[in-house]
Amino acid sequence: MDARIFRELRAIVGKSGLITSPEELHTYECDGLTNFRVMPRAVLLPDSREQVQAIVLVCHRERIPFVARGSGTGLSGGALPVENGIVISLVRMNRILEVDLPNARVIVEPGVLNLDVTCRVQSQEYFYAPDPSSQSVCTIGGNVAENSGGAHCLKYGFTTTHVLGLEVVLPDGSLIHLGGKTLDGPGYDLAGVFVGSEGTLGIATKIILRIVKRPECVQTLLAAFPSTNEAGAAVSGIIAAGMLPAAMEIMDNLAIQAAEAAVHANYPDCGALLLVELDGPTAEVKALMNQVTEICRANGSSEIRLAQSDAERALFWKGRKSAFAAVGRLSPNYIIQDGVIPRTALPLLLNEINRVGKEAGLRVANVFHAGDGNLHPLVLYDKRIPGQEPAAEALSNRILELCIAAGGSITGEHGVGEDKKKMMSKMFSEPDLDTMQRVRCAFDPLQLSNPTKIFPRPRLCGEKPGEYVANPLETAGVAERF
Amino acid sequence: MNTSSSSKAITAAPALEEKLRVIVGAANVRAVSTENTFGEAQPRIVVEPGSERELARVLRLADEAGLAVIPCGGGTKLSWGNSPTRADLLLSTARLDRIIEHVWADLTVTVEAGCTIQKLQDTLSQHGQRLALDALWPERATIGGVLSANDSGALRLRFGSLRDLVIGMTIALPDGTLASSGGKVVKNVAGYDLPKLMTGALGTLGVVTRAVFRLHPLPKIARTFSASTRNLEATQQALHAVQNSKLAHTAMQVRAADDAAPEADVLFEGTAAGLAAQETQLKKLLELVAVTEIPPSVWNARQELWLASDSAAIVKFSALPADIANGVETVRRVAAHRQIRWKAVVQATGLGWLRLDGSLDHLHSALQELRAELQRVGGSLIVLHCPAGIAPLDAWGNVGDALPLMRAVKQQFDPNGTLNPGRFVGGI
Repeated sequence: MDARIFRELRAIVGKSGLITSPEELHTYECDGLTNFRVMPRAVLLPDSREQVQAIVLVCHRERIPFVARGSGTGLSGGALPVENGIVISLVRMNRILEVDLPNARVIVEPGVLNLDVTCRVQSQEYFYAPDPSSQSVCTIGGNVAENSGGAHCLKYGFTTTHVLGLEVVLPDGSLIHLGGKTLDGPGYDLAGVFVGSEGTLGIATKIILRIVKRPECVQTLLAAFPSTNEAGAAVSGIIAAGMLPAAMEIMDNLAIQAAEAAVHANYPDCGALLLVELDGPTAEVKALMNQVTEICRANGSSEIRLAQSDAERALFWKGRKSAFAAVGRLSPNYIIQDGVIPRTALPLLLNEINRVGKEAGLRVANVFHAGDGNLHPLVLYDKRIPGQEPAAEALSNRILELCIAAGGSITGEHGVGEDKKKMMSKMFSEPDLDTMQRVRCAFDPLQLSNPTKIFPRPRLCGEKPGEYVANPLETAGVAERF
Repeated sequence: MNTSSSSKAITAAPALEEKLRVIVGAANVRAVSTENTFGEAQPRIVVEPGSERELARVLRLADEAGLAVIPCGGGTKLSWGNSPTRADLLLSTARLDRIIEHVWADLTVTVEAGCTIQKLQDTLSQHGQRLALDALWPERATIGGVLSANDSGALRLRFGSLRDLVIGMTIALPDGTLASSGGKVVKNVAGYDLPKLMTGALGTLGVVTRAVFRLHPLPKIARTFSASTRNLEATQQALHAVQNSKLAHTAMQVRAADDAAPEADVLFEGTAAGLAAQETQLKKLLELVAVTEIPPSVWNARQELWLASDSAAIVKFSALPADIANGVETVRRVAAHRQIRWKAVVQATGLGWLRLDGSLDHLHSALQELRAELQRVGGSLIVLHCPAGIAPLDAWGNVGDALPLMRAVKQQFDPNGTLNPGRFVGGI
């Protein structure tokens, strides 16, 4: 990138919109996953769709790779800059453009914070359902890239469920519209593919969201169990009883200790905690909560608390939502893992995690969205002790392999990004990955938009693949093709 | 019409048919019965593979031979979309009808594409579960067909459409690739969401061979209430009142016709206590209109639009939820001065199905005018069924500025235009 290009970019975003000094660029060299760092050549802060388009046109002409970025809270290195590339930060595009309550739609720019959407509509008793733990700081644009989830997606679905339409700047600089305010417009569901594509298909500059009416009643229950096995059995019992709670979360003893030390949630000291939230019409919630209480008791819960006020409910959640950071109280360093298993494999997997953790001589704290089998094992280590960091990384990867072998996934909500692209070929066969990359070739044949992410090996657009090749797990006889 | 490849198909036929028989067995390659015609195009053979691998090999063979392939499940929606410009081989999923794995405790099911909705629901109900979708003609419609056509009914308001329920999928591509995406778990963001790309693609990118769905419990109790409204304005008010309330209704639809006052139906599912409370709330909320409990058969109203409909036009339209009454009012106005009889079922999501009975010329001009009106306010109109002899009419309407990108996607998945050529938007 020569001075001519810098001049051109400065002309687009103005002096305050272009960062090139090394000290300031440091802020952008990683996202929430700090062990990967790359210095970008420049960071641009456009404040309009036109500016985004103009920047991308320059990148396309000059073949400069770019990475779009929101708040940088991602945990998979999705917003990690690429060598010799630029970062396009969308934080200045933070306007809520339209609130349409009769149709339950809100239209936002990508830099709007997740929680700000709910704040804007809560006085009318609406909310924006996806609630990642970082919701007070993460952006909707980042949520779209990662298809963010949260504790309540068991009932309400993920970001993709709530994004109806997008305005997108494609990697060649053209502006297109996917989906819309109305449902089922003619054509391919490209909005559905764009959400969760981790910034590899272009940059969303406008997002049409669906908002949801607040339920009449919300009740949250906390149940203490001797171990995660009993807590897991209670979750199975709730599912078998035909209920679909708004959220079901389990924390193991180590995670409880951490949360207690950090935010004093006043959790009972026990082997495992189960948090169950039901919402809906008051009479319905009350009837079902009685049933949940009975199921917990029947599965050996020693203590059951039903939040008696909004403040108490918030405290129940505070411990859970701060669990990642809280683990810092127990250990100087830790890795946050994000794997998914079929929920019924939970007892088996927890025993396995326990076993491989012992083998590695490391502690693992477990926090999980129990309703949908999404685990967040936290591998604790001390990098001052020689050998512990690589051992922790190896253990963390080993846990993902266990998830795959159990028929699960390497990521439920944090994304593949830079971190897990090598794991992709353990979960998918070459033809699977190749077929996904055909989509990339259609959107971004020059591979300029967040290249090097998600896929272990880029596909040359135009490459002709061969016939069926078995998935590595099929070959090993571990799993039937699903 | 691509005559060069049709003639190529005919000359290559005996050798090709022999190859097909080798792949799927002689009994599973047959001549097409006369009922399967597609406008000008007439496929000659139907092939029924017995496995995904066989299906992928058939597809590759057809692709290499330059044959046009029409994928087919129960055949209930083969007339949807534009008529294909070419049709040589009907690729049936009839033998791929296994329910591979119902893991009830995980609320998931893995099922082959040719399994009918009804067969699937019957199996799931043994464990008190369901695929939360009320598709058209469940006894015959298959998983693959419903996915490809993106059909959804009244339950969509609460549970979303198949795009929101599908969590994994395997597809066969024209070059013989079998590719899986998604997985067996409800929460999964590894890789691109190809199941969404395939849902509603009308089999123009690949052939769905199996899918994995998230399931929901069957309701303990379900009750349906209907509000008789004097006019469309009152209907819209009722819709808004319910949608803006804290009722936890599962579905809501408006039934309207040229010869009857509009009705708004609401479905509740839950426990006896919960439903009793909601009934009281609903009646209080709609105190100005008569609310009565009615049998659940009213949720068949959408499918009933197709009864004896050979000479009718049937369309799916989309409007904003707050514009439903306006949309129906437009229908009334457009139909009135053309002596068209009409009947509509519109869901609270803004998706509606409309049947029009009238002369061919009138139907043609009415559909064009309706489409223009809906598109003007951001909606759409897709023609699902037209009477024989009507002047040509694009099934899809305006696609917008993403059409070039859609063509690029098609080019990547099906570069030779083997699958359903011409049936989809913009000639795809």
